[in-house]
Amino acid sequence: MTIQTSPSFISIRGLTKSFGSFQALKGIDLDISRGEFVCFLGPSGCGKTTLLRAIAGLDLQNGGTIEMGGRDVSHAAPFERDFGIVFQSYALFPNLTVADNIGYGLVNLRRPAREIAERVEELLALVGLPDQGRKYPIQLSGGQQQRVALARAIATSPELLLLDEPLSALDAKVRLRLRDEMRSLQQRLGVTTIMVTHDQEEALALADRIVVMSDGRVEQVGSPEEIYRRPATPFVADFVGHMTFLDAVVTGPGRVKVGELDLIVANATPFAVGTPVRLAMRPEEVRTRSITADTPNRFDATIGDLSFLGSFCRAHLEPTNSRSTRIAADFSANAMRDLGLAPGQTRSVAFPPEALHVFAGAAR
Amino acid sequence: MTIAAQPYPRSALAVKLKPMRLSERQVGTALIAALCVVLIVIIALPLWALLSKSVENVDGQFVGLANFVTYATTPTLLASLTNSLFVAGLTTAIVVPLAFFYAYALCRSTIPAKGLFYAAAMVPVFAPSLLSGLALIYLFGNQGLLKSWMMGASLYGPIGIIAAESLYSFPHAVLILVTALALSDGRLREAAEAMGTSRWRIFRTITLPAARYGVISAAFVVFTLVVTDFGIPKVIGGQFSVLATDAYRQVVGQQNFPMGAVVGIILLVPAVLAFFADRAVQKRQSAMLSARAVPYEPKPERRRDLALLIFAALVALAIVGPYAVAVWGSFVRYWPYNLSLTLANYDFSTVEPSGWEPYWNSLMLASLTAVIGTALIFCGAYLIEKLKIAPRLRGFAQFLAMLPMAVPGLVLGLGYVFFFNAGWNPLGFLYGTLAILVINTIAHFYTVGHITAVTSLKQIDPEFEAVSASLKVPFWATFRRVTAPICMPAVLNIAVYVFVNAMTTVSAVIFLYGADTKLASIAIVHMDEAGAVAPAAGMAAVIMATAIAVKLAHIALDRLVFGRLQRWRQR
Repeated sequence: MTIQTSPSFISIRGLTKSFGSFQALKGIDLDISRGEFVCFLGPSGCGKTTLLRAIAGLDLQNGGTIEMGGRDVSHAAPFERDFGIVFQSYALFPNLTVADNIGYGLVNLRRPAREIAERVEELLALVGLPDQGRKYPIQLSGGQQQRVALARAIATSPELLLLDEPLSALDAKVRLRLRDEMRSLQQRLGVTTIMVTHDQEEALALADRIVVMSDGRVEQVGSPEEIYRRPATPFVADFVGHMTFLDAVVTGPGRVKVGELDLIVANATPFAVGTPVRLAMRPEEVRTRSITADTPNRFDATIGDLSFLGSFCRAHLEPTNSRSTRIAADFSANAMRDLGLAPGQTRSVAFPPEALHVFAGAAR
Repeated sequence: MTIAAQPYPRSALAVKLKPMRLSERQVGTALIAALCVVLIVIIALPLWALLSKSVENVDGQFVGLANFVTYATTPTLLASLTNSLFVAGLTTAIVVPLAFFYAYALCRSTIPAKGLFYAAAMVPVFAPSLLSGLALIYLFGNQGLLKSWMMGASLYGPIGIIAAESLYSFPHAVLILVTALALSDGRLREAAEAMGTSRWRIFRTITLPAARYGVISAAFVVFTLVVTDFGIPKVIGGQFSVLATDAYRQVVGQQNFPMGAVVGIILLVPAVLAFFADRAVQKRQSAMLSARAVPYEPKPERRRDLALLIFAALVALAIVGPYAVAVWGSFVRYWPYNLSLTLANYDFSTVEPSGWEPYWNSLMLASLTAVIGTALIFCGAYLIEKLKIAPRLRGFAQFLAMLPMAVPGLVLGLGYVFFFNAGWNPLGFLYGTLAILVINTIAHFYTVGHITAVTSLKQIDPEFEAVSASLKVPFWATFRRVTAPICMPAVLNIAVYVFVNAMTTVSAVIFLYGADTKLASIAIVHMDEAGAVAPAAGMAAVIMATAIAVKLAHIALDRLVFGRLQRWRQR
């Protein structure tokens, strides 16, 4: 991971953490700039929550350092760091009203009661729950509880907002709406935000930068577009979005062979001729329209089966001169209608060279 | 969310980090260390005193295992050991099957008035153990109403002890077995029924295996209760000596402290075994039931329900009957010749020089223990369960908190005698005061309260402390504003449990009371020794009435707390 040139707000170096013999974090280096929205993305057990809790000071790391705003906070207690946090469970105090929950941290600052009340009103309005202050958490819906937890976390204007899977306990519809609202709130407040999630769609939609983690390590850091378009490792390619992996052999500079198909790849491969590699491409990158004789990587393929998935259909293609190769391809509902695709048809398709990714290793 | 038009006023309330006046970590560590010190003084050191006393002679010199050798070669002492094992074994064999079918009737049938049957089984919990002995004396003793039923055999001895211990230990077995039988997977039964399995085979292959850990646990608990009980053998044992009465005689009668300590350690063995067996069993029990199990809903089944109803009614009568007779007897002028009613037996001063004072002492003890003990137990459980600092100290405190479970009251009482009576102990001034009785009673009943507190604390969102740390609110503020109010029902439970036990206990405090701090339960022993059975039963009845009244008040308060004071529990 490269070190950012802009002055970073949070700077993590060589962070390690073990639970017994299990190594949850294996040397994490990471820089986060002021005002950024960063998502830690990865499957369960990859260490993303452990990393978040280490930044918060809730679970201290075994090795490495954390700097926050130029201050070494590696061994500081949580209350000595400046952050607000929202948990998956929200952890709202059930015996306190919504207003008391939001004002919980403000009371401790010994502000006059009137000022606290005003601030709470303002925060309630901000998260779209005006006049709900007197209710108890149990009387609110899941989405409303999530907003209260968010309001409580930003009440004391912390410099850092930590979100631990804040949306995963919600219905799909509510989740989508809250996602957008959270993003616009974060941009308005300009508060540096770290969110942990296992939902790639959430990460792609929300983050300025995504940190993809696996097995206690950082796999790749980049903008959502970078992560999606140029996955650095097979893991990232596989975890973010759908990806078809094909066994291939390097046949020349920028050329590989899959079964009987000769293909051109746009990105230069560092591999020697004859090296077995893995070729990856996204199903939606398979072209079926406006294919001419000059289109690179053009070949004929039979449509094996089609599954209807709502806004698109997923097909399995069998190249006519390489029957054993199966390639997943997504066709939009539009394409389906315009082209009248059906199982058993043979069509000309093409792989755009820039959509092909080459990774080391022939087999998994 | 509709976003307000005005910009976010970042500077208005901007929070700057300021150094805390007192580090939370330091306060937390200090509190946990203080808890450890308290538990060491009230639990560990008295036990240590007991152990070291057993390897000393009367003059305090180290003699190795000589006392144990003396014990093993003295036939009268050994006889008490076999007597104890015999009585406890037989009582267990009687109580556990009865309690099992009683619990079965409550959990797996559709008999009416289950609440009433449950309450009937719980009656003995609210009385000192020796009341069951007194009750049997009224019924089957030398002047018993039903003496003829004994067919010439004497009640005073193993028969009386086993019968009275059965009454006394029954509710404890029922409590455990009801828990075990209530935890069952209804789907298993439905699957078996769908395959046309006979009822007997379902009972044998599904019901029994699911409840077997409960049965084992109940057997251990009953056995330990009986071996370590002092009140019943004292009242109804006659010349039949058991371990508990031996310990009392060695220490109080013959002032032979080392031999008392040896008996105490022997008493410790079954209790410690039971403790570890129970823990092993509980670990398996929790693994038995998957999270997706569906509770079994019993359906009416006439013949089974009728049989169980008759059984439960007979058992309930056998429990409540004697207690009712004992209470009746306490109002009778001259049992059994003149059954006219009188309040004369409640003028305790005719047989007990201090009159009603022991009762007020008991009430004072129970109230103080409930207030101080509950505060200590709950705060201690919070420190152990919720603070994420000083893991070794917390582990040590947890160990000490679980220790009293494995220590019978009589043994703990002996430990207190040796520890607080020792010449070198600066705390010696406590000996004979109400304070030592309170301390001892807290220690005696610490574990059950601790487990109740920990269970309720575990049910709270584990992130509350993290959230308050992020809001820079110290943990003690969150404890006061959030954790303690949420746990109020559990706190009440602990307080009532401690109160009821402090009212009824005899075993530990019999070594510790002083001239001015005689307790009601001890007064019962003395009045019975003086042959005044009716006043003894009267005092026991007063204790029982107090304990039941407190329990009823608890139920009412619980409803109030849930209903009105804690509106946040309802949607």
